[in-house]
Amino acid sequence: MKMRSSVAVAGIAVLALFGTACGKDGSPEAKTPAGSTGGSQGAPGAPGGAAPELPTYTPKTGVALTGSKTFDAAKSRGKLIVGAKEDQPFLGSKDPATGKVSGFDIEIAKMIAADLGFGPDKIEFKAIASTNRENALVNGDIDYYVGTYSINDKRKQQVSFAGPYYIAGQSLLVRKNETAITGKDTIKGKTVCSAKGSTPLQNLQANFPDTTTRVFDTYSLCVESLLSNQVDAVSTDDAILKGYAAKDPKSLKVVGEPFTTENYGVGLNKDDSVFRNAVSDALEAHEKNGDWKKAYDATLGLSGSAAPAIPALVRY
Amino acid sequence: MLEVIQDNWDLLRHGFVGTLKLTVVCGIVSLLLGTLIAACRVSPVPPLRWFGTAYVNLFRNTPLTLIFFAVALGFPKLRFNLSYFEFAVIALSTYTAAFICEAIRSGINTVPIGQAEAARSLGMSFTQSLTQIVLPQAGRAAVPPIGSLLIAMVRNSAIASAFNVTELMGTSAEMVENGYKSLWVLLWIAVGYLIITLSMSAALAALEKKLAVVR
Repeated sequence: MKMRSSVAVAGIAVLALFGTACGKDGSPEAKTPAGSTGGSQGAPGAPGGAAPELPTYTPKTGVALTGSKTFDAAKSRGKLIVGAKEDQPFLGSKDPATGKVSGFDIEIAKMIAADLGFGPDKIEFKAIASTNRENALVNGDIDYYVGTYSINDKRKQQVSFAGPYYIAGQSLLVRKNETAITGKDTIKGKTVCSAKGSTPLQNLQANFPDTTTRVFDTYSLCVESLLSNQVDAVSTDDAILKGYAAKDPKSLKVVGEPFTTENYGVGLNKDDSVFRNAVSDALEAHEKNGDWKKAYDATLGLSGSAAPAIPALVRY
Repeated sequence: MLEVIQDNWDLLRHGFVGTLKLTVVCGIVSLLLGTLIAACRVSPVPPLRWFGTAYVNLFRNTPLTLIFFAVALGFPKLRFNLSYFEFAVIALSTYTAAFICEAIRSGINTVPIGQAEAARSLGMSFTQSLTQIVLPQAGRAAVPPIGSLLIAMVRNSAIASAFNVTELMGTSAEMVENGYKSLWVLLWIAVGYLIITLSMSAALAALEKKLAVVR
């Protein structure tokens, strides 16, 4: 009898805890499926009336890359394995219901795949954590990586890059009704959130000593704190911020000019220059024929921020 | 391999101190809280016993990350604002205390019932017999399991880095972001944890030796 009543008490208490925890985490989460599916089909409430549509790509036939190990492996496998993110809205995000990934980076990956002769159904997207990108490329676990991957010298020692396909820069995400924060010169005395260990966070801590930083594991926790007034702004690359703003354009906006420069590239195995050239060619072709712009408008463009200039490719 | 530690000495030290601070504060808080809950669990007052049982069943069976979420994100919403270090202490200590309580209770079970009966026949109250007769003997038997729990707590403290607290594991993200090979970064972090946990093991072994009695 004693035993039974204590178990019951514990059970109720556990339920109570789960109830509250769900309530707190669940509310912002509930936006995700609606937001991401809305994005791939052109979100309702997109600026400018008609919803922008994603470009379609025709896979090339008879592609042959002599001397490319990566390509040969993909060819014999019958599909490409592409590393991506699945937790960045409108860049690379996975719909929990359908398991499909969508976003700007995903479109870039599809453009490249099409020119290598692989249709969208021949791509396997693999979520790779940021800390594991270099390893995955070096070991050949993935053929290439597209996911807010900044080109820098230290990384070039381990992997190589095609691109840049997008120039991002550190910017600020604020609540829609915010008027005090308009750019980097207005964050003095404010609380700004960024992700653990990230370059933008290091920049904030080093160059903005009068700004309080708050650090969470992921940007979604930062955005949640922003929506619940715990922080005044979220700061990281504008591409990532635009993704969150596109997901919730009624409550969020990106402000100010980007104040750093991050060149996003496609991460590649270091030893395969033939493959690298093919990826660069593919990027160039789709930037020229307007696919790039279309992909931007249908994803990050939903945030209300206009497309930046397409960067010139660097071939080395 | 060595450049990781040479270039990031300050960062690693900062993280190491963070973990150490969490360890010391949470260790003390969870030991006190755990003992208190254990006292509740064996007390002659039914509501206290129910509270103790409910506490252990709730916090021992909930994932620590969930407790961190509830504290770090829930408390500010209830206008209960503390620093994130304090939130981390609350989350980690509440969780660890449930296990400490059980370790102490198992220690109490090793004390022959005659000890409590003798204390009672001398006219000691429950609190007196618990604190002066039973717990000192129970503590001896509880040292090894409590040692394991405290070491587990050090490792669990890594979760705090997800919630705005600087500790050792959290520094890995920054070093990897800056382009250092993750394998070497993690190796040095493991060394940092080993320094803390192995010194704890040594201290606990010494304590156990000192308290040992021949039965």
